[in-house]
Amino acid sequence: MKQCIFKITSNEPLTQSVYRMVLRGDTSAITAPGQFINIQLDGLYLRRPISVCDYDESSVTILYKVVGAGTLQLSQMPVGASLDVLTGLGNGYDLTLSGDRPLLLGGGVGIPPLYRLAKEFISQGKSVSVVLGFNTADEIFYENDFRALGCDVQVTTVDGSYGKKGFVTDALPQNYTYFYTCGPEPMLKAVYKATVTSGQMSFEERMGCGFGACMGCSCKTLTGYKRICKDGPVMKKEEILWD
Amino acid sequence: MGLGVNLCGISISNPVIPASGTFGYGYEFAELYDINELGTFSFKGTTWDPRFGNPTPRIAECPAGMINAVGLQNPGVEKVISEELPKLKSCFHKPVMANVSGFSIDDYAYTCEKLDKEPQVGWLEVNVSCPNVHGGGMSFGTQPEAAAEVTRAVKAVTTKPVIIKLSPNVTDIVAIAKACEDAGADGISLINTLLGMRINLHSRKPVIANTMGGYSGPGIFPVALRMVYQVAQAVSIPVIGMGGVSCAEDVIEMMLAGATAVQIGAANLINPYICRDIIRDLPRVMEQYGIQNLQEIIGGVNNG
Repeated sequence: MKQCIFKITSNEPLTQSVYRMVLRGDTSAITAPGQFINIQLDGLYLRRPISVCDYDESSVTILYKVVGAGTLQLSQMPVGASLDVLTGLGNGYDLTLSGDRPLLLGGGVGIPPLYRLAKEFISQGKSVSVVLGFNTADEIFYENDFRALGCDVQVTTVDGSYGKKGFVTDALPQNYTYFYTCGPEPMLKAVYKATVTSGQMSFEERMGCGFGACMGCSCKTLTGYKRICKDGPVMKKEEILWD
Repeated sequence: MGLGVNLCGISISNPVIPASGTFGYGYEFAELYDINELGTFSFKGTTWDPRFGNPTPRIAECPAGMINAVGLQNPGVEKVISEELPKLKSCFHKPVMANVSGFSIDDYAYTCEKLDKEPQVGWLEVNVSCPNVHGGGMSFGTQPEAAAEVTRAVKAVTTKPVIIKLSPNVTDIVAIAKACEDAGADGISLINTLLGMRINLHSRKPVIANTMGGYSGPGIFPVALRMVYQVAQAVSIPVIGMGGVSCAEDVIEMMLAGATAVQIGAANLINPYICRDIIRDLPRVMEQYGIQNLQEIIGGVNNG
């Protein structure tokens, strides 16, 4: 973990409510896809945890959905503004277990961390299948970005307005060696049941600190109590204990 | 300049103490900076048995602060001694404050007796004020006689200084503080969190799964300062002030109100470096207000 001041270099809407922000600064604490950053905002006491979509030596990209006062403020920030950010939080995905044909399943704003993950697998020469789930056609983002990486991409919409009608679990490919997923909890539960291999799931919870100090976001697992912010947000399928 | 103070017979290099529940067992912050810069810290509230705590969500944001309803998650005193303290020993070379909670008098006495045997434990901070557990915790801190009974039970099993941590969710905190002093307490720390609640306007459900939780952060600072002042006026044992302290100026203000040392809680969760930063900033602020020595300003509020 590192505390850094990041400068906004772009902040544009991808859909009506999902924005893409690029920040310039010290990214050295970010070590794995699936990690997150925790952003301080004016007038709001708690930081806002947002997953990392992509990063390089000097910039980090986040995709966020405007859902409350914090993300609304973020969406209105101009290019050139500075943000106080804690970076490199959480464990991130373990890439070593993927096999040759990893399957990536993302739902809504659970999709962003899978982008960097897909990029890593493509650079390792793996055959990457991606299923992206949305409610409706207007909400779709990053379909072409995943395609441009060289992934096999399927899109599902709940209302059938684009791609396959249904949920990500209605579009699982035949052959995959391992899965990685991030999305709302009902989707994670469905993925847990529908998948035939082992895999990793990224969880969300209301956090106090985001770095393991307050125990605000703890959960029970088959391997003991875990803090979603520090021991997670990524958990292995084998250790998950549903409520 | 003198930053050192004497806390119940133990000298500490400065009065800044991370509060229990916001600093874990210390070693995780040691990855960020040398925690030996701290006067000491109060480790995560420890109970006889391991506890998961309350269901999530157990965090809610508030104007100028937050509500938590963690509910004393901890690995239990046995594991704290066998696993957490050895890890701490490798990165912290000063006496640590052991924070203890319980659900019965026996609970408190058992856990304190175990921790009494640990050489690195300098003080026992006995939490009779957790608002997030039923059948214990705060119920001991809302009646003078019950608080006194816990104090006596703990004093009987330890030779280390015993500091009783009080709840603000009472009608007369001074009476409870005095009862603890009369029962042999070596110090008083206050305030624990204020019982609070938030409701989600969309779902109309409480934000906190447990409905209520403890409110902390800068919003409670004036309430905390007032109670520290009242208690410090009434007792002759050292008082540790806490509640919304976020900067070096707040530390000085708490000490003027009567605090011998100051704990910092919620602010650690927003800025993990805050205690170090406050310690480094103290000499500048002391100079600004003509303070040579912190020990001399304790209770120095000028009532005219």
